Amino acid sequence: MVWSLLRRALIFVASVLVASLLVFWVLDNGCEPARNALGVSGTPESVAALCSDMGLDRPLVVQYVDWLGGAVRGDFGVSYVSNAPIGPTLFDQLTVTLWLVAGSMVVALLIAVPLGMLSALRNGRPLGYLLSGISQIGVAVPAFLAAILLVLVFAVRLGWLPANGYVVPAADPVDFLRHMVLPWISLGVVQGAVLARYVRSAVLDELGQDYLRTARSKGLTPFRALRRHGLRNASIPVLTVVGVNLVTVLVGAVIIERIFTVPGIGKGLADAAERRDLLTVQAIVVTLVLVALLISFLVDVAYALIDPRLRTRAGA
Amino acid sequence: MRGKRFAALTVGLLVATLAACSAGSTTTPGTSGQTAGPSTTAAPGSSTGTGPTGSDPTGSASPAPAGDGALAIGFVLEPTSLDFTQTDGAPITQALLLNVYETLVKTDQNGDIVPLLAESYDVSDDGLTYTFQLRDGVTFSNGTPFTAEDAVFSIERVKTDWKPSVKAGMDVVASATATSPTELTVVLSQPSRSWLFDMTTRIGAMFSRTGVDDLANTPIGTGPYTLQAWNKGDSIVMERNTAYWGTPPPTKTVTLKYFADPNAMNNALLTGGIQVVSTVQTPEALGQFADTSKYQVIDGSSTGEVLLSMNNRTGPLSDLRVRQAISYALDRETILDAAWSGYGTLIGTHEAPTDPWFTDVDTYPYDPQKARDLLAEAGQSDLTLRLTLPPVGYAAAAAPIVISQLAEVGITVQDSDVDFATWISNVFTNHDFDLTIINHVEPRDAPTLFGNPDYYIGYDNATVRDLFTKADGELTDEAANTDYQQALDQIAADAPVVWLWSFPNLIVADADVQGIVQNQISAAFELATISQG
Repeated sequence: MVWSLLRRALIFVASVLVASLLVFWVLDNGCEPARNALGVSGTPESVAALCSDMGLDRPLVVQYVDWLGGAVRGDFGVSYVSNAPIGPTLFDQLTVTLWLVAGSMVVALLIAVPLGMLSALRNGRPLGYLLSGISQIGVAVPAFLAAILLVLVFAVRLGWLPANGYVVPAADPVDFLRHMVLPWISLGVVQGAVLARYVRSAVLDELGQDYLRTARSKGLTPFRALRRHGLRNASIPVLTVVGVNLVTVLVGAVIIERIFTVPGIGKGLADAAERRDLLTVQAIVVTLVLVALLISFLVDVAYALIDPRLRTRAGA
Repeated sequence: MRGKRFAALTVGLLVATLAACSAGSTTTPGTSGQTAGPSTTAAPGSSTGTGPTGSDPTGSASPAPAGDGALAIGFVLEPTSLDFTQTDGAPITQALLLNVYETLVKTDQNGDIVPLLAESYDVSDDGLTYTFQLRDGVTFSNGTPFTAEDAVFSIERVKTDWKPSVKAGMDVVASATATSPTELTVVLSQPSRSWLFDMTTRIGAMFSRTGVDDLANTPIGTGPYTLQAWNKGDSIVMERNTAYWGTPPPTKTVTLKYFADPNAMNNALLTGGIQVVSTVQTPEALGQFADTSKYQVIDGSSTGEVLLSMNNRTGPLSDLRVRQAISYALDRETILDAAWSGYGTLIGTHEAPTDPWFTDVDTYPYDPQKARDLLAEAGQSDLTLRLTLPPVGYAAAAAPIVISQLAEVGITVQDSDVDFATWISNVFTNHDFDLTIINHVEPRDAPTLFGNPDYYIGYDNATVRDLFTKADGELTDEAANTDYQQALDQIAADAPVVWLWSFPNLIVADADVQGIVQNQISAAFELATISQG
C-alpha cells in the first residue's frame, strides 16, 4: 500500500516536471515579452536592452530552472504587463475556480446519482427510456449554451438571479450563492447528464451480478439489494469518470467564467492571453496541469482505498 | 514632427477594445501640434475659473445634491496596474484621470481648454512663459495640501521617473518654478501650443510629494473620488472624497465593473447589475434597450477616426491615382450603416467633429466610374491587395463591405485576421501591409499620423509637415487653426487613407441616470457628475 502510493506520487512529480518543461518550451518566445512591454515605442535597441534586463536572453534551461525554483515556493515572478507579482493573483483566481468546480460537481452528482440509478432500476420500462432520453439531451447541450439560456430565462426574463459577477463567500455568503447558482447549474447539468449514463451502466452491471440475485432471492427489493451490496462496487467506474470529468469541468470553467464574469483562473488565462502576458499564461497553464494531474493522482489513491482488490493487486 | 512623438500614438484601443489587448499597445496621450490654446473661457489674465469638475461650462452636466447613492458602470478593459506613470493602457487613465487625479487644466465638452486646479493662467506674448494661479485650499487624499511645489514636483517627475514612451510631451518644458504657494511659472524652450493640451492628459496629473510611494496600488490625488478597492478581474470601487475642494459628487460610491464579453455587459444592464454601459461594443444589439421608459442611449462624439489605412510607401498604393480610386470606390454611408448601425459621423479628412479645426469636406464622393477610370489611367486593371485586420469589432464589421465595394471597381482584396501583437509587429513596426482598418483614438493626432514619414502609413509631404510645425508655434488660435486647416485640406487631397467614419461615443444607461458626459474628448471617464434618480 505504502509502496504503491509512493510509486504513484513519484509518477505524479515526474509528470508535473515534464508538463511544466513542455509548457515553458512551447511558450518560449525569445524577446517577445520585451517587445510587447514596449509596444509601439520599442526600438530594436530598447527591446534588446529590456530583453536582457528581463533575463530572456539566457539559455532556456537556465530560465526554466530559475523559474521552477521560484514556482516551487509559489513565486511565479512579476508580470511584464502589470508589473505586479503573479503568485497572489493566481492564488485568488484558483480559489474562485475551485468554488465553481466544486459546486458544479456537487450539482452534477445530485443529478447523476438519482437519475442514473432510477433509469437503471427502471431499465426497459417507460420511465427508464424517458430518463435516458433526458440525460441524452443533457449530454448534447454544450455548457456555454446552457449558460446563455439560463441567463436569458432566470436573470433577464424572470430577474430572480444576477446575470453575472462574483461575491467573496466570506463577505456575503447569501450573495455568493445567488451569484454562483447559475454558473454551477450551467456546468453541473451537462456533467450530471454525462455522469448519469455512467451511473446507469455501472448500476446495470451490478444488478446483473450473481450476489445481487442472491440478495434479492432473500427478499430484498432491487433498491435495497443495490444499496446494501452493489453501490460500493458501482462507485468505482463512476469515480474514474468523475476524475476525468473534473478536468473537463475545469476546462468548461474557462468559458463559463467569461460568460458570467467570474474572476477565476479561466478568465485570468483568457485575459492574460489577450494581453500577451506570457509569464502569467505560463503560470496559469502549469497550475492547471498541476491540478489536473493532482486530480488523477487522488482518483488513483481513492480507488485503492475503496477497492481492496485493486489495493493488493497494485501492491503486489 | 518630432521623432520621439512617433511613439505617442495609439491605435484604436480605447474605443476599439473588443478583444484587444491593452498591454502591447500604448494609449499615450498628447500628440504634437495642437492649437487649442487659451480659450475664451480662460482668456489670459482672466481669473474667472470654471469651478469644479461638476459644473461644466456647457451646463450639460450640473451635479445633483450629494447623496448616499451608489451605482455601477460597465467597462470593457480592466487596468493591469493603477500606475499610469509606468504602465501604458487606456483603462488606467479612463478610471483615474479627473476622478482620482486632477490636472491644472482640462478640456470641456466643446474641446476647449478650461482651468481645473489652476484658477486661471496667463501666457506671455512670446508664448514661452505660462503663469498658473492655483486654487487655494485644495488637499490631496492623504491630507497634505496641494501647492505650487507639488505642481513643480509633478512636472519634473514626468521627466525623471515616467516610462519613456509617454513623457515626451514634457520635453519642451525648460523650467517649472513655484513663485509662491499658489503661483506656478513654467517656461518652455520654444512656443508650443500642444504642451498646454498635453497638460490636460495624464502627464499633467498632479501628484503629492509624499504620495507616490505605491502608485500601483494606492493612488493619491486631489480628485472627487478616492480608490476604495480594486477587486482584480472584477471591479474597481471608488468612494466620494469627503475633503474634495469642489462641488461634492452626487453619488457616494461608484463601481467600475469590467466585462470581457459584451453580451455579459448588456445582460448586467438588463438585470440591474450595472446602470451604465460605458462603451457600446455591439450597436446592432441596441434594440434590446429600445424602451425609453427604462433606458437611454447617449450618442456623442469621440476623438476616434476609423481609417482604411493604406501603405503609401511602395507598390501600387504609392500612386496617388490608385489611392484616389479607392477613395472614390467606397460608399462610406453604406459602410457606416451596415458596420456600425449608422452611429458615428462621416468625415472627409482627419480629426473629429469636436476638434477646433474640424472641416466638413468630402473630397472624394462615391463614384465607382471615376474609380475605374483612375485605375485604368494608373495601369492597374487587375489589382490585388492584402487587407490586414486587427481583432476589433468595427474592423470585422466594415471589412466585408469594403471588400465587396472594391471588387465592384475591379480590385481584389485578400483579407486576413491577425491578433493585436501581430498587427503591431507586421503593420505598425515592419510596415508589411497594403490595407488595414483601425480606429485612431488619440485626440488631435493628425500630426502623428501625417506629419511623420516613418509612421506606418508612410505619408510624406514636406508642406504638410511645415504647416504642422508652424501651427504648433503660432501665438493665436486663429493663426494656428488656419495652418491646420490648410494642412488637413492638403492631406485630404493626397488621399493617404480613407476616412471611413468618426467613431461615436455610444453609451446606454438606465433612463434615470443623469450627468453622463456626452462627448468623449479626454481619455478620462468622468464620474463626478453622474447620479441616478
